[in-house]
Amino acid sequence: MTAWLTSRLLQSLAVLVVMSLVVHGLMALMPGDPIDLMIASDPHLTAADAIRLKALYGLDRPWGERYLAWAGQVLRGELGYSRLFAKPVLDIMAPAIVNSLTLMGSALALSLLVAVPLGVFASRRPGGWADHLVNTVSFASVSLPTFWLGLMLMVLFAVKLGWLPAGGMQSLTGDSGGIVDSLRHMALPVATLAIAGIGQYARHTRAAMLNEAAQDYIRTAKAKGCGPRRLVWRHQFRNALLPLVTLLGLEFGNLFSGALITETVFGWPGMGKLIADSVMGNDFNLALTALMLATAMTLLGSVLADLAMARLDPRIRLR
Amino acid sequence: MKARDLPAMLGAVLLVLLAAATLSAPWLGADPEAMNLAAIHAAPSLAHPLGTDELGRDVASRLLHGGRVSLAVALATALLAALLGTTIGLVAGYRGGWVDSTLMRLTDGVMALPLLPLLIVLAALDPAKLGIGDEARSSEAFMVGRMVVIIALVGWTGAARLVRAQTLSVKTRDYVRAATALGATPGRIMIRHILPNVASPMVVAATLSVGNIILVESALSFLGLGVQPPMASWGNMLTGAMNVIWSAPDQALWPGLAIFVTVLAFNLAGDGLQRRLDPRR
Repeated sequence: MTAWLTSRLLQSLAVLVVMSLVVHGLMALMPGDPIDLMIASDPHLTAADAIRLKALYGLDRPWGERYLAWAGQVLRGELGYSRLFAKPVLDIMAPAIVNSLTLMGSALALSLLVAVPLGVFASRRPGGWADHLVNTVSFASVSLPTFWLGLMLMVLFAVKLGWLPAGGMQSLTGDSGGIVDSLRHMALPVATLAIAGIGQYARHTRAAMLNEAAQDYIRTAKAKGCGPRRLVWRHQFRNALLPLVTLLGLEFGNLFSGALITETVFGWPGMGKLIADSVMGNDFNLALTALMLATAMTLLGSVLADLAMARLDPRIRLR
Repeated sequence: MKARDLPAMLGAVLLVLLAAATLSAPWLGADPEAMNLAAIHAAPSLAHPLGTDELGRDVASRLLHGGRVSLAVALATALLAALLGTTIGLVAGYRGGWVDSTLMRLTDGVMALPLLPLLIVLAALDPAKLGIGDEARSSEAFMVGRMVVIIALVGWTGAARLVRAQTLSVKTRDYVRAATALGATPGRIMIRHILPNVASPMVVAATLSVGNIILVESALSFLGLGVQPPMASWGNMLTGAMNVIWSAPDQALWPGLAIFVTVLAFNLAGDGLQRRLDPRR
């Protein structure tokens, strides 16, 4: 168990290091560099200033050296400044993480609340009308482009009906920052993400339920005279939850990396929008740190899912 | 034909219609890039069946031309990703040993990455710094090719895993051992004896992947990192629609509906193929 965990963590660390090399290298291939951008925005800077500035920031050195310098700083906990926001990277990222956790957590909870009962319902009679209905809903949900779904909800509830705000996290005037105001701003992005997630969770739940239905212990329970309700919820459902744990482990990373597109559409200041803005705005330190955090959390999520599986399912031994 | 094949048939029919409509786009309707500032946001009429957009361009014609781009990118990407994945999966599964474990670690690594952020980084790269000349950079072929390459670069992992698993089970069969005994080279065994046996699950997986690729491509174009205006794509038409959402909210309907229907059609057709080829389901 300890050996397994050590090796998994080391493997994840290796992936993380490779990823940092790749992303750092790719960032060097982005259009322009910070000093060129500085010159473009300040006509008083001369070519000599530019050379001096490049030397100051170490941009004249080869890429390998720059990577090592950056890695050294990060390991010492110095994440640097964001050029786009002119603040320390950590000050920018901390609130963005909280915002993404709020958004993604609510959407995930809502999605599961609808999808899991739907999946169970569909699995009761495979091929029946309920199964067909859930299947149709699932197909529609996984085929929906989230940004379009978001736009359509925005058109309907914000533009046409005027019930809900179209974007942001709180109103600039009136009941700004109150609970009701915050919930109203969350409604559309949360609904978008929840609807988009229902399909895959319902399908997985249905598949897991059907898989358990064929097991011997179900037949045993039936033979002992277990009623249908108890059979489904106490026996079948509890075991069908196991594969869902793996799926949730994969979702763990998304909680931290946010929903890039939905956050951009609704102007929600979370990690997804931050990653998009920083990459497109050439904000080297911020983009690199945010991408590394997203990767680290995704990797951690899969380790946690394996640990949880081993804990919940005595048939699994981690070696 | 059974009732359960109906959705798959519906998907197939939709795909044929889509292909026919987008392929005939140049002969139907107006120039998708012709602006007419005197007739912006025009209501549907005989000349403009779906009206005009914020620059007075014909929406129906832009939809059809955008569909050409989306479908071309998606099909080419699915093909390239399947090719990459199949090669990696075949070699890993057949060779085994350290080759297998290295390739599978790589696959697991790519699978563990947050895909959309990574795609954004790849899409934002400066082609000039990769040594691609000005002339080539601004061509439409380059724009389309770039999307195909970057999406395929992160999209081959599923195919690799599938093919590897199939290869592992096929390579112990008698006919493979017979071929080995007859002195066939590993390359010949992989291509002539193993590949045909992993082909059908691959076709299913590739069909099912097209829908996802269309979603990713349109998302990148929506974010301004894919197909660039004035060339139309379903994704960048939605970007335009979002900018005028308060003045012309209906503009967002058609491009998104086109994406939705296309993705749904590929998913239904893929699912139907899967049922056909795997009778256990």
